[in-house]
Amino acid sequence: MDMNGVDLSGAEIVVQALIDEGVEYVFGYPGGAVLHMYDALFKQDQVKHILVRHEQAAAHAADGYARATGRCGVCLVTSGPGATNAVTGIATAYMDSIPMVCISGQVPTPVIGSDAFQEVDTVGITRPCVKHNFLVKDVRDLATTLRKAFYIAMTGRPGPVVVDIPKDVTDPNIKIPYHYPREIQMRSYQPIERGHLGQIKRAVELMLQAKRPVLYTGGGVVLGEAAAQLTELARLTGFPLTSTLMGLGAYPMTDPQFIGMLGMHGTYEANMAMHETDVLIAIGARFDDRVTGKIEHFCPHAKIVHVDVDPSSISKNVRVDVPIVGQVASVLTDMLGLWKEQAPASTGRPVADWWAKIEEWRRVDCLHYDRHSDKIKPQFAVETLYQVTKGDLYLTSDVGQHQMFAAQFYPFDKPRRWINSGGLGTMGFGLPAAMGVQLAFPQAQVACISGEASILMCIQEMATCQQYKLPIKVVLLNNGYMGMVRQWQEFFYESRYSNSYVDALPDFVKLAESFGHVGMRVERPADLAAAMQEAFAMKDRFVFLDVVVDPTENVYPMIAAGKGQHEMHLPPSLSDRELA
Amino acid sequence: MRHIIAVLLENEAGALSRVAGLFSARGYNIESLTVAPTDDPTLSRMTLVTNGNEEIVEQIKKQLNKLIDTVKVFDLTEGPHIEREMMMIKVRAAGENREELKRLADIFRAKIIDVTDTSYVVELTGASKKLDAFIDAVPTGLIVEVVRSGPTGIARGDKGLTL
Ligand SMILES: Cc1cc2nc3c(=O)[nH]c(=O)nc-3n(C[C@H](O)[C@H](O)[C@H](O)COP(=O)(O)OP(=O)(O)OC[C@H]3O[C@@H](n4cnc5c(N)ncnc54)[C@H](O)[C@@H]3O)c2cc1C
Ligand SMILES: Cc1ncc(C[n+]2csc(CCOP(=O)(O)OP(=O)(O)O)c2C)c(N)n1
Ligand SMILES: [Mg+2]
Repeated sequence: MDMNGVDLSGAEIVVQALIDEGVEYVFGYPGGAVLHMYDALFKQDQVKHILVRHEQAAAHAADGYARATGRCGVCLVTSGPGATNAVTGIATAYMDSIPMVCISGQVPTPVIGSDAFQEVDTVGITRPCVKHNFLVKDVRDLATTLRKAFYIAMTGRPGPVVVDIPKDVTDPNIKIPYHYPREIQMRSYQPIERGHLGQIKRAVELMLQAKRPVLYTGGGVVLGEAAAQLTELARLTGFPLTSTLMGLGAYPMTDPQFIGMLGMHGTYEANMAMHETDVLIAIGARFDDRVTGKIEHFCPHAKIVHVDVDPSSISKNVRVDVPIVGQVASVLTDMLGLWKEQAPASTGRPVADWWAKIEEWRRVDCLHYDRHSDKIKPQFAVETLYQVTKGDLYLTSDVGQHQMFAAQFYPFDKPRRWINSGGLGTMGFGLPAAMGVQLAFPQAQVACISGEASILMCIQEMATCQQYKLPIKVVLLNNGYMGMVRQWQEFFYESRYSNSYVDALPDFVKLAESFGHVGMRVERPADLAAAMQEAFAMKDRFVFLDVVVDPTENVYPMIAAGKGQHEMHLPPSLSDRELA
Repeated sequence: MRHIIAVLLENEAGALSRVAGLFSARGYNIESLTVAPTDDPTLSRMTLVTNGNEEIVEQIKKQLNKLIDTVKVFDLTEGPHIEREMMMIKVRAAGENREELKRLADIFRAKIIDVTDTSYVVELTGASKKLDAFIDAVPTGLIVEVVRSGPTGIARGDKGLTL
């Protein structure tokens, strides 16, 4: 129904705006300052509200929904502690450029600044971790502000936008005619779409001359829905392709042209290729320190092309030679056109010598691990997960070793399937993010890979999963340690395991059962596949799979902080071999 | 190098704190910052002076541009421009110092805008360096108080930094 022109209260305007934006789900938690909005939500059934058990989870769930669908996630929290609880989730979305609108309640305008009950300066607190935020002081500004919030969150480099709404602005007794603007024009915000053709031409010329090219792709390809264009470019050029943690799946990871993730826990072949490349084509990646290692050693021989929609990403950490500001999809389309015009008719696989070298590096087998161990190796657990789910899975992750093992051993062939917190590295992200994914795709297989430390950070969300019957599978790689912390302590603090042992763990099986879910525990490698099969066969149940893994396993390869890309620690099981 | 950057901003509550927050969050140097509405009341103009190597200043400009409230960013130091700062300085002016300070004010084309038996308030406008020079020229011990506006600037020539 077209509500334009109908008299609505502020609270009704908020809900109607969500409807007009096509919002399916709002993840939230009520409280005094948002009660008018909750009342308006109650009176309709178009926007569904998902009651989480902690506001951090509301933000993560909205974020997971956004990452899986490419649409804007929405969360709703009350003033004061509701807003501060959401901050971690907002910052998580900000660091990974995830489109999200977070509506927070605020104390009534007349008492703002008086240290009123549950008052915090939400706009001030969130300012450094949002793309933009608004405090709406007049109900007449509400509709336009909400339209702006969605527009800003979704366009350009996406990101979270907070809209802080004082309680009196949502007063049910004050009604004004509703007008939701379809289009928004902002003189101060005009996101760039197409890249500069001259620059793209220069990039193509460099690419045509390249002897040792590398395509280095990132989260921007996923965010910018450019997987198809990227795949075509890779196929046409025959160039090797490596991806950041955030870009995994934008190019099929099972394809031989994919040489693995790069960076701190990237493959030997990817990092060596980066070290030796003469033309690096960075696409929607931001030269994060986990990727570059020590900047002075980064791609020492390369001319660098950088495609990014955010000019401030370009030459931020690493000076680039050919900057191209624009949407990946559009820039790659132009690039493909030029390449097709100019590239010589294909004569076999291009850059053959380069590939020979890469294949040599590949033979090092840097992800080698002991497959005959009588303990469950975390790598084996992830490989088994891949086999059991046949690669058809939405996998969310928490933060730690399990996250890295998943990135290394679960080859995603599609974008938006691998959902993790890369920039902020937020433990506690995985489970609530999986809720957002499962709600978006009720029929899909959704799993959360986690560690026994991470999962406890948002464990209360098992209640939400019960209430909404979300058949998520939690795959807990239980090593009894904050494994990632323990690994650093082993390497850099002479094995002084200061506070990284996760003592007094609950019985996860009983814990899951107490929330009404299914709990399973697996201790032997031989039982793992069957247990996973059983878990995934329970299509309508949430299953918590507590997998006891080898507590001593480390993530390899590893580039220690401050080292160059070519200075990798390889698995000790390989140490007897000569390396290039 | 020292850069004078002019920014046109939406005249919105909080716009100034976004700029100030940006500088502290990213660890950029900020020497001074002035802001006031323009002839168009929906726009504020900010002038900020910062120091850093070319890469850092480039990043500062990009980050300023990225703020949603920013309409335009212009680095005045990139071309011919005029820089002006206003200073009011209160000095002890008793006895023989009175004449000396009056002469100094004349040399700098400053104005004495408040007089008591024992003090002057001197107003001086000019490039920041000129203000520094005046402060240096006042005999030691005579300065009571210094108020400076921070520099503002405008490009030479017929083009304006407008919408
Ligand atoms: C424990 C741990 C270990 C990690 N180890 C590694 C590691 O070994 N390797 C690794 O790669 N990462 C690792 N990370 C992740 C790392 O911290 C960064 O999050 C990640 O490297 C950043 O990925 P990205 O460069 O793809 O940037 P993203 O954060 O995904 O940013 C995307 C970039 O693309 C741009 N962009 C967005 N949309 C578009 C569009 N439509 N068009 C054009 N450009 C666009 C953005 O402006 C931005 O510059 C680790 C994280 C954790 C928690
Ligand atoms: C909220 C938060 N606090 C602290 C950290 C630092 N940290 C990174 S990994 C990690 C340990 C994670 O342990 P676990 O979840 O068991 O995963 P594992 O590494 O053992 O697979 C910690 C504490 C973090 N990333 N997030
Ligand atoms: Mg652990």
